[in-house]
Amino acid sequence: MLTFQNPAISLKNVTKIFGEQTVLDSLSFDVERNKITTILGFSGAGKSTLLKHILGIMQPTSGTIEVLGKDLSTLGKVELREFRRNYGMLFQYAALFDSFTAEENVGFPLKEFTKLSKEDIHKRVSELLISVGIKEESFTRLPSELSGGMRKRVGLARALALSPHIMLYDEPTTGLDPITTKMVNNLIVDTAKNHKDREMTSVIISHDVRATLEISDYVAFLDRGKIVEYLPVDEFKNSDKELVQEFLKL
Amino acid sequence: MIAKIQKYLINSTEDLGRSIIEMVNGLGLMTEFAGRFFYWAVRKPFRFHLLTEQLYFIGNKSIFIILLTGVFTGMVFATQTYLGFKIINVDSLVGAIVAISLAKELAPVLTGLIVAGRAGSAMAAQIGSMKVTEQIDALEVMGINSIQYLAVPRIIAATIAVPMLSIVFLFIGNLGAYLVGTTTLMIDEALFFSKLGEFMVVADIAQGVIKATVFGFIIAVIGTYFGFQVEKGAVGVGRGTNLAVIWGMVSVLVLDYFLTTFLVKIL
Repeated sequence: MLTFQNPAISLKNVTKIFGEQTVLDSLSFDVERNKITTILGFSGAGKSTLLKHILGIMQPTSGTIEVLGKDLSTLGKVELREFRRNYGMLFQYAALFDSFTAEENVGFPLKEFTKLSKEDIHKRVSELLISVGIKEESFTRLPSELSGGMRKRVGLARALALSPHIMLYDEPTTGLDPITTKMVNNLIVDTAKNHKDREMTSVIISHDVRATLEISDYVAFLDRGKIVEYLPVDEFKNSDKELVQEFLKL
Repeated sequence: MIAKIQKYLINSTEDLGRSIIEMVNGLGLMTEFAGRFFYWAVRKPFRFHLLTEQLYFIGNKSIFIILLTGVFTGMVFATQTYLGFKIINVDSLVGAIVAISLAKELAPVLTGLIVAGRAGSAMAAQIGSMKVTEQIDALEVMGINSIQYLAVPRIIAATIAVPMLSIVFLFIGNLGAYLVGTTTLMIDEALFFSKLGEFMVVADIAQGVIKATVFGFIIAVIGTYFGFQVEKGAVGVGRGTNLAVIWGMVSVLVLDYFLTTFLVKIL
């Protein structure tokens, strides 16, 4: 199992039990800074629960979670809320606010958390939207008027608005056609590259094997609440674990 | 045969018990939700633009239906009261009776029912659809408390808007009663007003306003609570909306009795 000197995220013996069901089972695992790490696994393996723990939305039954050197369990509610500004998240279906235009969606975190003037917000929003490939004529469109791929782009621009240090992607390519999948993958890689100078660690939750192998630096395989394999992407392809090989063949 | 009856009785008792436990549990969760509203309502940031938006939605957008319902309620109530009062020759009291009934009961209760049906359901549907499309998760991930952002402005707006709508209902209902009373029922205009002034007191209006304020609060707590409880996609949104309307309306009627009992003692 991989360990790192100064990981961006570090989980130590994290267990989560719901009723009689153990969803995360004494899970220990580090995420290297400034790299793209993908957590693969079958449905129901505990990927989303793990993500919620990293975000501090869920508390573990036992164990500790450190993000950027901070133990989340030591943070109060208000501190945790403020700490979450270090995160950006691209949701599976982008989760854009449906009553806001693309521009308003991206400007929302800036309006809420910064003291930037309207003009500065507009300027920053335009930069962000253009950087993810949204043309100016689409700035004022509502999410319902955007295609799936465009919604993902806008969702990514919104996630990047506060320049997060941890970028989380929840099933970013699920339900997309191959061309849009490729576009989203390129966007993830470009985002990581473009923000390398100011530190950005990317964590992807996925079950898209091909996309994972294309864009990740490290791959972890989660099965029934345990990390059963965690290797650099090239070594992961040759994993001797039967379950991993079975998954890679799918 | 006896075994079957026994089994049926046991099952029915179990179902009844389960329903009661669920209801009490739900009531507890709703009370806890209301507590969280109070906690977040007094904490910064105060988003006045969201409050204004909700006041516009709950207040302004309900005006037309309140006017329509109010005027016809006043007209019908005046006609029915006149038919009864004419028998005992006290038809001059129609204006006063209609005004008092509207002020104390009809205006707050009917306004509450209309707002529960219109705005309470919309609250549950809006928040519910935000929940199933992960928009609420998006708010939380950004570090924004979803109760403070979504529930607080709606609950405050309804608590302000419903008593105001109730006053509009009262005014327009009386106007309807006056028009029918003086033009169709031929009640003397001077008598209509003099009896109204003689019998109606400020406490009657106060009672209605207090009731409407409580109804506004409860309707919005129920609407937002069921919105946050939504699960399982579009079906869940429909179920949440349905529950918000049913419980909103039932609460208005049940609370009306208890508030009346309480308010007649203190006012």
